[in-house]
Amino acid sequence: MQILDRRLNPSGRSLPNRQRFLRRAKSLVQEAVRDASVKRDIRSADEGGEVSIPLHGIREPSFHHGGGGIRDHVLPGNKEYREGDEIPRPPGGGGGGGGSEGSPDGSGEDNFRFVLTREEFLSLFLDDLELPDMAKRRLVDGTDPIWHRAGYSVSGSPANLALARTMRNSMSRRIALKRPKPDAVQALEAEIAALEGDPEQAERVLALRAELERLLQRTRLIPWIDPIDVRYRRFEPLPRPVAQAVMFCLMDVSGSMTEDMKDLAKRFYTLLFIFLQRRYKHVEIVFIRHTHEASEVDEETFFHSRETGGTLVSTALEEMQKVVADRYPPGEWNIYAAQASDGDNAAGDSQKTARLLVDTILPACQYYAYIEVGREGEHGIPGFPRGPTDLWRTYEALVTAGAPLAMKKVRHRREIFPVFRELFAKRGVLEGANA
Amino acid sequence: MSAALDDRLLYQGADWDFGTLMRIHDACAEIAGEELGLDWYPNRIEVISAEQMLDAYASTGLPLFYRHWSFGKHFAQHEALYRRGLRGLAYEIVINSDPCVSYVMEENTATLQALVIAHAAFGHNHFFKSNRLFREWTDAKGILDYLEFAKGYVQSCEEQHGEPAVERILDSAHALMNYGVHRHRRRAPDLQSEQKRERERREHDERMYNVLWSTLPEKTATPTTRGDEERRRALLQLPQENILYFLEKSAPRLAPWQREILRIVRNVAQYFLPQRQTKVMNEGCATYVHHRILNRLHDQGRISDGSLLEALHSHTSVIMQPEFDDQRYSGMNPYALGFAMTTDIARIATSPTEEDHEWFPDFAGCGDAMPVLRHAWSEFRDESFILQFLSPKLMRDLKLFHVLDDTAQPVLRVEAMHDERGYRRLRRALARQYDPALTDPDIQVMDVDLSGDRRLILEHRVTAGRLLEEQEARQVLRHLASLWGYDVLLREVEQDSGASLREHAVSPPR
Repeated sequence: MQILDRRLNPSGRSLPNRQRFLRRAKSLVQEAVRDASVKRDIRSADEGGEVSIPLHGIREPSFHHGGGGIRDHVLPGNKEYREGDEIPRPPGGGGGGGGSEGSPDGSGEDNFRFVLTREEFLSLFLDDLELPDMAKRRLVDGTDPIWHRAGYSVSGSPANLALARTMRNSMSRRIALKRPKPDAVQALEAEIAALEGDPEQAERVLALRAELERLLQRTRLIPWIDPIDVRYRRFEPLPRPVAQAVMFCLMDVSGSMTEDMKDLAKRFYTLLFIFLQRRYKHVEIVFIRHTHEASEVDEETFFHSRETGGTLVSTALEEMQKVVADRYPPGEWNIYAAQASDGDNAAGDSQKTARLLVDTILPACQYYAYIEVGREGEHGIPGFPRGPTDLWRTYEALVTAGAPLAMKKVRHRREIFPVFRELFAKRGVLEGANA
Repeated sequence: MSAALDDRLLYQGADWDFGTLMRIHDACAEIAGEELGLDWYPNRIEVISAEQMLDAYASTGLPLFYRHWSFGKHFAQHEALYRRGLRGLAYEIVINSDPCVSYVMEENTATLQALVIAHAAFGHNHFFKSNRLFREWTDAKGILDYLEFAKGYVQSCEEQHGEPAVERILDSAHALMNYGVHRHRRRAPDLQSEQKRERERREHDERMYNVLWSTLPEKTATPTTRGDEERRRALLQLPQENILYFLEKSAPRLAPWQREILRIVRNVAQYFLPQRQTKVMNEGCATYVHHRILNRLHDQGRISDGSLLEALHSHTSVIMQPEFDDQRYSGMNPYALGFAMTTDIARIATSPTEEDHEWFPDFAGCGDAMPVLRHAWSEFRDESFILQFLSPKLMRDLKLFHVLDDTAQPVLRVEAMHDERGYRRLRRALARQYDPALTDPDIQVMDVDLSGDRRLILEHRVTAGRLLEEQEARQVLRHLASLWGYDVLLREVEQDSGASLREHAVSPPR
């Protein structure tokens, strides 16, 4: 009788199987994740969740009987039936007991439901998204170097022991110091054994014994492997060029934005934030919010504090311009910007905004996305229920002129995931501006 | 309760540690050995967490198994059900091996652990060791090592040939898993020599390979005689019910490693066959044993009244049998039927009625139940066990009745019920439901058209007009065709008349 405690075994033993399963069902799961993401609350975007995929894609087929023919059922709990009684066929299958027969794997449902972890959910959701045009690369030190082989060293960890090199050193040392070979010792022992007992050879045996003693002594003194033989593989870090990028998040928090709109904008940025953090280690994020004046703020303030005032979009662009000039020279950085606004702007500011964009911001940017948030009640006619806003008209003119600018409208929480996907889908992003 | 009594208790409260488990095991062993006369493999009890239990579920209860996406799928499925609270976890899983491994969950209370140990480590264990099917068809000593070998082998194939190629083979093999068993055993398995065989079998395969090809020119040259035909079929061991075996030996286009993987799947299927054939008896045995042991422990004052009630609560929910018109009904509960039959046999042995004397003259009133039970547990399987031991009283108690469902008719007909006229027919009908050889479609490899297009011909012997479910059958045939490498034809043939009812022809994927 033995008792073993297996609880301490590494968990996640089934992980490889799970990964295989997800890979196999990838297209189905991805579809399910997208469907699910439409319905989800974005605050839970950062969590896993249950998804449901059609069963037919992952069925394990087997031979079994179909419907039809004659079948027997022996059932417990007879109350009124006598032999020869006839029972009307119950709806949906034969004799009550046949219900589970058609599904050997125990799941008669059409859909297969299971739970994805947060990691799996996000990686599937963000799988084919990317920042467009990550072109500028530059060497940065320290971060994420490539380790490459750089000869041998006399110290290191056992895992890096260079066996061949060690043995080569050992062999040359043994040869140089003339360590007796096992063959020689054996031959000597054999000779002694052969001559022993022969009185005429007694002297010779004595000499041989002395010789053997000397050899054994030498063998003991010169070890097979000496610490000085040991070599380890040496590795050196090599800095590698990375694409550095910065994302500017510009958000209008003026009085004209209702709480709902701010909520939508914040949800959008939350998703953007998660996306960047997961996919790009070297992306910096700058948060700028503006009313009639703009300021760079930290993440906490950006997402959680409240403020109100008038609306001057150009102030945010000026702030961004300043930050770019201070810290992110466009020659070395891939610059991205996402702007969220309700489309209102102070009269007369639109011209200035357009000029700023065209002259300084857009030339420095790889990609500029504009998200216009609308009121939740405004759905019904897709497109432009109230006619385009000031900012929309201004930007639309720029897009027509060929600026690298993408524009999207979001009016409801459920639109955020799809819009986000459209904005950051791989390739073909720019032409989607007017969709 | 007095202090003296307390001292005899194996444990108090719900908490337990390894010392408790040890004491419980030893106390159970005493009763199982001396009073029940059981014989068991040495026990190994492994304590696992809920996640590990889910894990064990997913890979068909085997502790180390090769990797395949379907196990991941089952895990996800069980996990989702478990998380939503739709399904609890089994308290234990037990493996037919020597030593016999029982997994117990850490969440179980001390009483549940006692129940589980009595149930699995003695009940199932005794059954595994003594039942004829398990003795003859499985190799308890070799299974753990063999699984280790299988896992390593599949992994090395993945490294050599890539995961997708291995996955394709495994998918195909799994689809045919139920047709990877010999139902008529010629010799006992020896899993330990499997590894050696792996090398030898390659040469054997090549011999078979030659047989296939060497017949070709002869056939085209001379008209086939009846003798040739029979000799060839005998060489290929046709007709063959074990489809995986046939493919492993004779499929012309498989690489040696692919044959070995088919063999692994086949061996595992074979290992599980006795479990499918003895579900009712096995659970009946284990349930009866834990019931006896726990009651005895209580009699001896080694578990408290509260513990016994807790154990009985679990016990009764396990052996619950909903009636056919109940929402919860999903077929006969093997625990319920097994336990009811076992206690019924014990009753007949000790206090028989007139009727029992008439039905079971061999052992009615013999006074001691255990020898009768031990004999039944060792010599029978579900089908024959029911046929032999289901008593009229039990049929009345369960109110069993037999319904015939002929889809050609508008109504179902009650064929037999629990009365004098119906007992024997009812019993036969129930027994038939527990024979996998009768419930699985009977499909065999009939012939290979070697002179022509090497088309593989299979036959499904249709009984009672029950044809195959077409869509899935075609999917399985596609798997079969990809293993065989050439066209495959499945004929569905009426069992008695030999009339062809339907044909499915499938070509291998290109």
